[in-house]
Amino acid sequence: MHEKIIQTNNTPFKLIDVDPITLDIIESALRNTREQMDATLFRTAMSPGIREQGDAFPMIANVDGKMVVGQFGSFIHGFMDGFDGELEEGDMVFTNDPYSCGGAISHLNDYLVIKPIFKDGRHMAWAAHFGHLTDVGGRVPGSLPNEAREIFEEGVAFPPVKIFRKGELQEDLIKIAIRNSRMPNWNQADFKGIIAACTVAERRCVEMAERFGDDVFYSALDALLERNCRAMRKLIMDTIPTEKQSFEDYICDDALGSGPYKIKCSMWREDEVVIFDFDGTDPQSPGSINFLLNEEMFKMFCGTFMISAFDPQILFNDGFYDYVDVRIPEGTLLKPIRPGALSCRTHALGRIFDVLSGLLGQGNPDFLCGAGFSDSPHFMYSGYDKNGEWYQLYQIGFGGIPARPVGDGPDGHSLWPAFKNVPNEFLEAYFPLRIETFECIIDSGGAGYHRGGNGIRMGYHFLEDGEISVHDDRWLTYPWGVNGAMPGKRSTKELVRADGTLELLPSKCDLFQVNSGDTLYFNTWGGGGVGDPLTRETERVLQDVQYGLVSHEAAKDSYGVVLDGKIVDEAATVALRKEKTVDHKEDGKIFNFGGSLETLRANCMAETGLPAPVAPDFSKRRRAVR
Amino acid sequence: MYKVGVDVGGTFTDVLLVDLENSKFFTSKVPSTPEDSSQGVLNGIVKACQLAGADLSEIEAVTHGTTVATNAILTGRGAKVGLITTKGFGQVLQIARSYVPGGLGGWLYYQKTPPLAPLDCTIEVDERMGADGVVVRELNELQLKDALRSFDDKDIEAITICLINSFTNDQHEQRVREIVAEVMPGVPTSISSEVIPELQEYERTVTTVANSYVRPEVSKYISNLQTEFDKKMNGASLSILRSDGGLATANSAMNFPVYMLMSGPAGGVSGAIWVGEQAGINNIITFDMGGTSTDVALIENGQALVRRDTTVGDVTVRASALDVRSIGAGGGSIAHVPELTRALRVGPESAGAQPGPAAYDKGGEEPTVTDANVVLGYLPQHQKLGGDMEIRKDLAEKAVQKVADAMGLGLYEAAEGIVKIINEKMFGAVRLVSVEKGYDPRDFSLMAFGGAGPLHANALGVLTQSWPVIIPPGPGILCAYGDATTRLRNESSKSIIVNMGDADHSKLLAEFAALEATASDGLLSSGASETSGLSKKHLQSKHEIDVRYSGQGLVLTIPVSLPEIENGSFDQIANDFDALHEQLFTFRIDGEKEFVNLRAIVLGPPSELELSESTANSDATVDDAKIMDNEIFYNGAMHASKVYDRAKLEPGHTIYGPAVITEMDATSVVFPDHKADVDSRRNLLLSPTA
Repeated sequence: MHEKIIQTNNTPFKLIDVDPITLDIIESALRNTREQMDATLFRTAMSPGIREQGDAFPMIANVDGKMVVGQFGSFIHGFMDGFDGELEEGDMVFTNDPYSCGGAISHLNDYLVIKPIFKDGRHMAWAAHFGHLTDVGGRVPGSLPNEAREIFEEGVAFPPVKIFRKGELQEDLIKIAIRNSRMPNWNQADFKGIIAACTVAERRCVEMAERFGDDVFYSALDALLERNCRAMRKLIMDTIPTEKQSFEDYICDDALGSGPYKIKCSMWREDEVVIFDFDGTDPQSPGSINFLLNEEMFKMFCGTFMISAFDPQILFNDGFYDYVDVRIPEGTLLKPIRPGALSCRTHALGRIFDVLSGLLGQGNPDFLCGAGFSDSPHFMYSGYDKNGEWYQLYQIGFGGIPARPVGDGPDGHSLWPAFKNVPNEFLEAYFPLRIETFECIIDSGGAGYHRGGNGIRMGYHFLEDGEISVHDDRWLTYPWGVNGAMPGKRSTKELVRADGTLELLPSKCDLFQVNSGDTLYFNTWGGGGVGDPLTRETERVLQDVQYGLVSHEAAKDSYGVVLDGKIVDEAATVALRKEKTVDHKEDGKIFNFGGSLETLRANCMAETGLPAPVAPDFSKRRRAVR
Repeated sequence: MYKVGVDVGGTFTDVLLVDLENSKFFTSKVPSTPEDSSQGVLNGIVKACQLAGADLSEIEAVTHGTTVATNAILTGRGAKVGLITTKGFGQVLQIARSYVPGGLGGWLYYQKTPPLAPLDCTIEVDERMGADGVVVRELNELQLKDALRSFDDKDIEAITICLINSFTNDQHEQRVREIVAEVMPGVPTSISSEVIPELQEYERTVTTVANSYVRPEVSKYISNLQTEFDKKMNGASLSILRSDGGLATANSAMNFPVYMLMSGPAGGVSGAIWVGEQAGINNIITFDMGGTSTDVALIENGQALVRRDTTVGDVTVRASALDVRSIGAGGGSIAHVPELTRALRVGPESAGAQPGPAAYDKGGEEPTVTDANVVLGYLPQHQKLGGDMEIRKDLAEKAVQKVADAMGLGLYEAAEGIVKIINEKMFGAVRLVSVEKGYDPRDFSLMAFGGAGPLHANALGVLTQSWPVIIPPGPGILCAYGDATTRLRNESSKSIIVNMGDADHSKLLAEFAALEATASDGLLSSGASETSGLSKKHLQSKHEIDVRYSGQGLVLTIPVSLPEIENGSFDQIANDFDALHEQLFTFRIDGEKEFVNLRAIVLGPPSELELSESTANSDATVDDAKIMDNEIFYNGAMHASKVYDRAKLEPGHTIYGPAVITEMDATSVVFPDHKADVDSRRNLLLSPTA
C-alpha cells in the first residue's frame, strides 16, 4: 500500500497460491473490464478524437501501482510522487499536467483521472483513464500550438487535484475546466465519460474480489505480473545481445525553423537486465515538439513489441519492469525541463516506435519492419460560420502502415490501437467543408518484397473563411525501408486557392488563414518497404498496378516489372531485373534512409519546395521553473 | 394443413412440422448438404412428413432460417461485385475506417482481408451531392457510360452504387442505376439509398456491397427452393427469417439479403421467446452453444434487444439484427498451453466438424472442450451423437493429458480447467448483453440450447445466477421452433439529423408515415399476401427514433408514440433517452439532444402455435428413466452419478444432481446440490437445492 493512502481497515492482504485456472479466469475478466471502460467513454464522449477515433487509454493497476491491464504502462508512482495530499475511499484525482505526474500524460489536452479502489475499507487496486479533449484553452483552437515556447501558452494546467472527495463530485473544478475551453459542451461530456469509465472499473474489481475472495484477487494480480515477468525475462535473455547497439532517427523540424532533432537510443544487456539509454538525443527544443517520455511507459512500448509475437492473447502488464532500465538524460527532447512547451509531442511519440523497431530489429533482420510509425498528423479548422456560430474541427490523420515480415502494410491505416478515421459524411454534416477526395497516394508506399502501405490524400474544400493548423512530420526525412527495400514517400501539404494558385504549406503551422473556395490537400507519408522489390512476385506487382496502388512506371523502375497492357512481359522483366540487380549490388545495408541528412537538406528546396530548416542552436539552455 | 420451420446448420438440417389443426409437432434431423442446402431441406421435410403421415401437398407455409448469406461471406464465395462511387472516393473500402485490431503492436501481425468489391472493379463517377441534399455538381452521364466500359471484361455479377451524401438525396443514385440498366441489362444492382439511407459513407458502402455480394447466391437458393415447393407442395409460401427476428417474404429476402446475415442465430432467439412465453417466463438470456461458436442474447418482456449492425467475419454492416453476441467458443474449441507464458488458452481455434474432437475418432488429436466433457463424465460414452457416432473416452483422455502435462496438473484437473475457461469466456458474452447494458442477470432465466448448451447450462447458471436455467425440449432444434413461430416483419429507416429543439412535429409525422408505408408495402407486395390473405389491417406498426446528446457519436434507440408527437411534445422521448443514457453509462448530460434516424417497423400477425401442456403419466417414476450409473468429476472431486433418458421423464419429476440427462441430440448435466424439475411443457428447470 502507498504511504499516501488512508485506509479504515489495515488488515494486510495475504499472498496465497492461486490455481492456474482461476488465474486465467481473472485475466479474462480484467480484459473484459478494460474493454468496458473503453466502451463507456467512446460512446459518451463528444470530442471526435475520442468518440470517432479512439484517442483514450484505460488502465487497472494492482495495489502497488503496477499496471495489470492497459496499454501504456503504469504511471501511478510518478503520479503519486507529484501528488502532495492523501487519498481515502471515495476520492478520485484529476490532472492534465505532464510535469506534475512524471509524464504519465504528455500534454495538457490529455485529461487523466485516477481512482484508488477500496473494498471494506482496504485499498486493493487502482483504476485510471485518460483521453484527449479537443480544447483546453491556450493560444490556439485545439490547444496544440506548434509555435508555443512555454507550456503556459498551451492551455490551463491542473496539477493533481481531487475531482471527487469522499464520493462528492467537486463541481467547481469542472466549472473551471469548462470555462477555459472553446468547446465547453464537449469538454463536459468527455470529462464525465472518463470519470464514468473509472467508476465502472471500480465496480468490476470489487465484484471480482467478492466472487473469488480478496486475497485471491490480490494474489492473482501479483501472479499475472509474475507470469509476464517470467516470459519477458526469457525473451530478454534469448534476444538481447550484451554488446551495445544504437539506432537514431529524427524529427524533421520544430515549427520555428530549426531541425532536424535527433533521437538516439542505445541498447545492451547486463546479466538479466536490458538497458535502453537515450544518451546522444538532442537537447530540448525551444518549441512544442518536446515529449516528456515516462520511463515506465517506454518499458511497456518495448515489451509489447517483443512479446506479442509469442502469445498474442497475453494480458500485457508491468511485471517485467525490474528487468528493463531506461535512462533519459534531463533537458533533452525526451525529458524537457518545465516550462518547456509540450503540446506537439505527437511527432516524437510516433518516432519513438520507429526508433524502437529499428533498434530491436537490427539484430534480427528477419523480424524487421519498415518505418512508418512516423507521426499522428493533426488537422484543425475553426472560425465563425455565416450564422455567427463557432465551429472547430480537430482531426487525426493516418499514413501508410510499414511493410512487415508478414506482408504488405495496409494503405491508409492506423498504427495506433483502436483509432479510426472520421467518416467524411460526418465532417460534411457538421463542419463547413466538403471532402473533395479521400484516397491513397499511388506509389507512396516504399517498394519492397513487401510493399509499404500508401499514404492518404485528403482534399478539404472550405466553405467558410477560417483558420487552419497543420501538424505533421516526415516531410524532410523518409520513412525508411529495410533489407533492400525503398523508403516510403514523404508527406506534403498543398493549398489550392479558389483562383487556382498553389501554395505549399509547411508540415507544421498555426492559424493559417483560408477562405471559402480554397482546397487543402493533406497528403500523408507512405510506409517503408521490406526486402528487395526486384524479388516481389510479378503477379503481386501486376495486381497493385491494376488496383491503382502502384503506377506502371514504378512497376518498371522500382520493381523491375515490365507490363504490356494487362499482362507481364516475362522476358523483358527477367532481363530488367537482372540488370537492376547488378546495379544495386553494392548497397547491401539493412536500412535505406533515402540519403544522408546533408543530402536531404541540400535538396530540400528543390524536392519539397520548402526551405531546409537550420541546425538547432542548443547554446542557450534554460533553467527549470519548478 | 401443416406449417414447417427449417433451420440449416453446418452439420445438421432441423425440421419442425406443425399440424395446424391440433398443434401437434413432428421433428426431423437430417445431414446438411452444403453443396446445395435445398436438398437437405427437402430431405428433412419429407422425413418429417413421413413421421406425421402427412402429404407434401398439405404444407401451406415454410419458414426458414438460413446461413446461405453468412456462408457466402465467410467462405469468400460471393458474387464478383462492381462498385460505383463518387469521384475521389473509389478507395472507400480499401481504406475502410483505418482501424487495425489488437493493441499496441497489433499492426505488426494484422492481415487485412480484401474488400468484397475489388479495386479493379470499382469506378468513380463525376457528380457531387452536398450534405444538405443540394446538387453541387451534376451527374456527368457521358463520363459514367465511358467508365462502365471498364467492366466489360470483368465478369461482373452484381453492381453496387454508393454515392456521397446519397442518404440526403437519392436522385443521382437512381439515375446511375437507370444508366447501368441500359448499359448492363440483367445485372442485379443495389443502391445505397435504398438499402440503408443513413449517414457514414464507409458503412453505407460496405452494407450495400455486402448486399450485392451475397445476392446471387441467396437468390439462386431461394428460387430453387420455391421452384421445388411449387412442384411438390402445391406452391407452399416461403418466408425467410431476418437478422432482426422477423420474417421476410422470399421476394424481399432475395432483394435485400444483407438483412439475412444473422438469420440462423435469430431463429434460436425467436424459439427461446416462444418457449419462454409458453412457460410463462419473459425475461431470458439465451445461451446457444454449438461446435465452433456460442451465441448469447437478452430477452426482456418477451422481446429481444435489436442492434443496428451485424458482423460476419471481418465485415460489419449496418443492418438491424437481434443483439446476439457471438464468440468463438464451442465444443470444438481447442485447448493449448503456449510455452512462453504457460497459460491455459482455450480457442479461438476450433477443431470444427473435421477433424473434430479427439473423442469422435475422426482424426482429431488436439484436446477440445468436448474431450474435456467426456473426460469429466458429463458426456457419457453410450451417448450417440446425431444417431450413430461413438464416443471414445480413451482418445479424449489422451488428448487432454497433453494439457495436463504442459501445466503440471492431473488429467481431471486439466479437463475441469478447460471447461472452466470456456465457461468464463461464455460468461463474458453473457455479461456483454446483460451487466454491461445495465441489466442484472439474476433477474433473468438462462435458456440453454444448441448441441452443447445443455452440457454447460448448470455451470453458466452458477456464474450468472440466472435461475431457473431452462433447457427446452429438443434443445438441438430450437432454431426450427423459432423459424416456425415468428412473425412477418419489415422496417424502413432514414437519417434526418436535427436538433430536438429545431425539429418540426408535423414534418416528423409525415416522415414516419412515409417510412411506414414503405415498410408495409414491402410486406404486402409479395407472395405472402396472396397465399395467406394478408392485408394492411393485419399489420401492426412501431416507430423508433435514434437520439443522442448533440455532439456524441452514439445513438440510443427510443420507441416513439405518434399521438404524443401529434400533441406537439417530445418530452417523453427526451425523458426516455436521459433515463436510458444513465442506465447504460451512469450519468446524463445537461445539453441539447439530437434526432439522428427515424425508423418504422411493420409486423405481421403473431403466431398462434402453442407447446401442448401435458400432465404426468402417473405410473412412471424417475427411476424408470434411469439408464445407468456413472461418475462425474466436479469441483476437484469425483462424484457417483446417474444417467437418465429424458424421453422417459414426465412433468412433475425432479432429478437431483449429480446426474446426467441424455436425449437424441443433447446431454444435460446436473451438478451436486442442484436439481432439475420437469415442468408441464417438459422443459427442464435447473436450480440449486439449497
